[in-house]
Order: sequence, then C-alpha cells, then structure tokens
Amino acid sequence: MTTTLLRSLALAAALLLAPGLRAHAEEIKVTIDNFTFSPAELKVKVGDTVTWTNHDDIPHTVVSAGKFRSKTMDTDNSFSFTFISAGDYKYFCSLHPHMTGMIKVE
Amino acid sequence: MSDHDHTHNDQERGLSRRKVLECMTWAGTGVLWTISGGVPHSLGLVEAANAAETNGMTFMQISDSHVGFDKPANPNALGTLEEAINKVKAMAKKPSFMIHTGDISHLSKAAEFDDADRIISQSKLDVHYVPGEHDFLDEEIKFYRERYGKGTKGAGYYSFDANGVHFVGLVNVVDLKAGGLGNLGAEQLAWLADDLKGKSKSTPVVLFAHIPLWTVYPEWGWGTEDGARALELVKGFGSVTVLNGHIHQVMQKVEGNVTFHTARSTAFPQPAPGTAASPGPMKVDDAKLRSVLGIASIDFKQGQEKLAIIDTPLAG
Repeated sequence: MTTTLLRSLALAAALLLAPGLRAHAEEIKVTIDNFTFSPAELKVKVGDTVTWTNHDDIPHTVVSAGKFRSKTMDTDNSFSFTFISAGDYKYFCSLHPHMTGMIKVE
Repeated sequence: MSDHDHTHNDQERGLSRRKVLECMTWAGTGVLWTISGGVPHSLGLVEAANAAETNGMTFMQISDSHVGFDKPANPNALGTLEEAINKVKAMAKKPSFMIHTGDISHLSKAAEFDDADRIISQSKLDVHYVPGEHDFLDEEIKFYRERYGKGTKGAGYYSFDANGVHFVGLVNVVDLKAGGLGNLGAEQLAWLADDLKGKSKSTPVVLFAHIPLWTVYPEWGWGTEDGARALELVKGFGSVTVLNGHIHQVMQKVEGNVTFHTARSTAFPQPAPGTAASPGPMKVDDAKLRSVLGIASIDFKQGQEKLAIIDTPLAG
C-alpha cells in the first residue's frame, strides 16, 4: 500500500470517528494579561491551533507536561500549538506556577 | 533627614519567649519595634549606627536587578543598579561582602549578565549569588551556572561561613509545579539537613533564596511550597535570619528566633499583596521611583541574637 493511500484511509477514519471535525480548523487566541490566561479554560476541536500572546511586562511561558512547552515569551511574544488529539490539556506558566489554564480538545 | 527608613534590631535576648513584633515606620526616619505581650522596645537610627560602629561584620544584600528590563516601570534598570552599587561604594564602613538574591538579569541573555557583572564588580566586594527564575530562561540554562554556579550543588545551592555566621544560599526557582509556589525539592532539603548537621545551635544561621521561604501571598505565588521543611531544619538554632527578594518590596516578620526579611529591587517596584490586579511591575511617578528601589545592609554583632537590617532606598 502506498503512503498516500494510508494517509487517505487515516483521514477517512478520523472523519468517521470525529463527526464534528470541520473543513477548516480554527485559530484561537489566548491572551496573557495581569498574570492570567484568558480565557482560562477553552474548548477546541481536533486540528485547531491555539495561540498564546503575552501582554505583560514580565516574561511568561506556557507548559503542558509532556505535551507542549513554549520558549520564554517576552512582552508581545506569541506561542502556537496545534492540537491533533482529543483530551484535556492542563497547562501553566513555569515561571509563575500559580498561572494555570486548560484546553479541552474534542 | 536620613534616608535609612527601616531599622530592625531586637536587642531583647530570650530564646524561650515567643514575641510578636510589629514594625512601624516612625516619621520616616527609623522604625519602632513594638513587642506585643512584652516590654516595648524601640531603637532609633543613631543607636543602630553606633551599634554598627562597634560591630564585627556588615554585609550587603541587593536583589532583583533585572538587567535588561526597559519597560515603563523603569526604562533604565541598569542605571538604577549602578546607583545602588554607588550607594554601597559610598558606605562609611566597607561591608565584608554582598549577597544577591536573584533575578540578576531580566531574560537570561549573555549581554544582560555581562552588564550586571560590569556594574556589580565595581563594588569590589565578593558577591554570593542565588538565582531567580529570570536567571534560568536561556535555552540551555547555562549562563547562570557558568558564571555563578562554580562549586555549588544542584541548581546552585551552597553554604559558607563568615565571622562565625553560617550562610546558606538556596535555590527555590526550579522544577516549579503547576498551581504551586517556589520549590526547594527533596534533594536540596536533604543536603541542607546534612549541611547543618553538627553545627552548634549557637551558630547564627542566615538562609537566603530568591522567592520568600515563608508564605507571603500564595495568590501571587509569593511563598515556597516546602519552605516550612527548611525552617524545620533550623528550628533549634538560636538566631536565624531569612533573606529573600522576588517581591520587590520590604517586608518582614519575626517569629520566635527567626527573622524574615525581603529586600527591595534595584529595578522596579511591585505592588503590596492584593492591592493590584497582578504582581507585575508597578509604575510610579518618575520622581518617586528611587524611593521604592534600594539595598539592604545587614549587621551582625557578636553575642547578639538578632541581626540588624537597614534598608536604604536609592533616594527619598
């Protein structure tokens, strides 16, 4: 079997398993203001991309253990992550661990 | 008018009596200690200065220089660090050495550490550093360790002795857990227990770390998750002083034989706990900035239970 066919089958399976999957994945923004992720909890679909942007005068990070880890974001820097599998992704700022958030991917 | 705005010196000796001390600013020139449930005792600045003259050792604390920070709260953090070092250079009695309680740099860039070194070295004092979370931001987390980590354990903890006082520099800014506070970790605590083993209980102990070892305001992360375990290890010692930074303001607490104190930043002030939407840099009038930045000198007198801490703003 060719790789292309495998990919097609995988895509078809994904479509069957995820009836909510839309033709166009969305780009969703999370802002960081005043040491707070906003929105703190977000529901997205598989395939969506979330972009975090730091508006504080202090650097922050976005870390989800074993899933994703941003570089240090200085003021107005951003970090994006595309969610390819469903699940609850708890994340936090590794510099200011009281800052926490959650992305629910369905 | 003197620019010394705080003086802490509990001349009462008494290990067994637990006292609650409150610190009140006294007409902007000094501090009045009041002892609840005991005899009130106050110490003016002149007394503190005289005490300092006869003392064996004075050391400096600077903190949170955030070299590289250029936001509205202070567009020139390097400049105010230089002013702070000039204050140290101008001291009548040359301090024995200096400790820096972290956040030397703002973004852990090599140039920021270079600039900090260039200014701080002008003090011509030995400087003992502990890292802040802003000092571990480079991709390989190597700049701090290369510069300040020689001879240290783990992420940079160590101890040394000076004039009969045992100093311990601790690291509580790594492996932070989601939703938690500062963190020392089991390995460092085991090392601390071992380090203190065999020390005479009459040895004065100074613990210094970036984030406060006691819980100042957990809503803003101002505390150390396992700080109480470190304090448990120094419980039997007659004199314990805990020096921290991170919160960019003077705050103190005396609990039994333990004095807790946080130093001002040399870069920018942060709001008092809960008085703002976040602990971020606080913009004050340009004319007021130097009154909320500063340094601390800590005076140790043989036979004295407590160390005298004098916070000095850059101006005002």
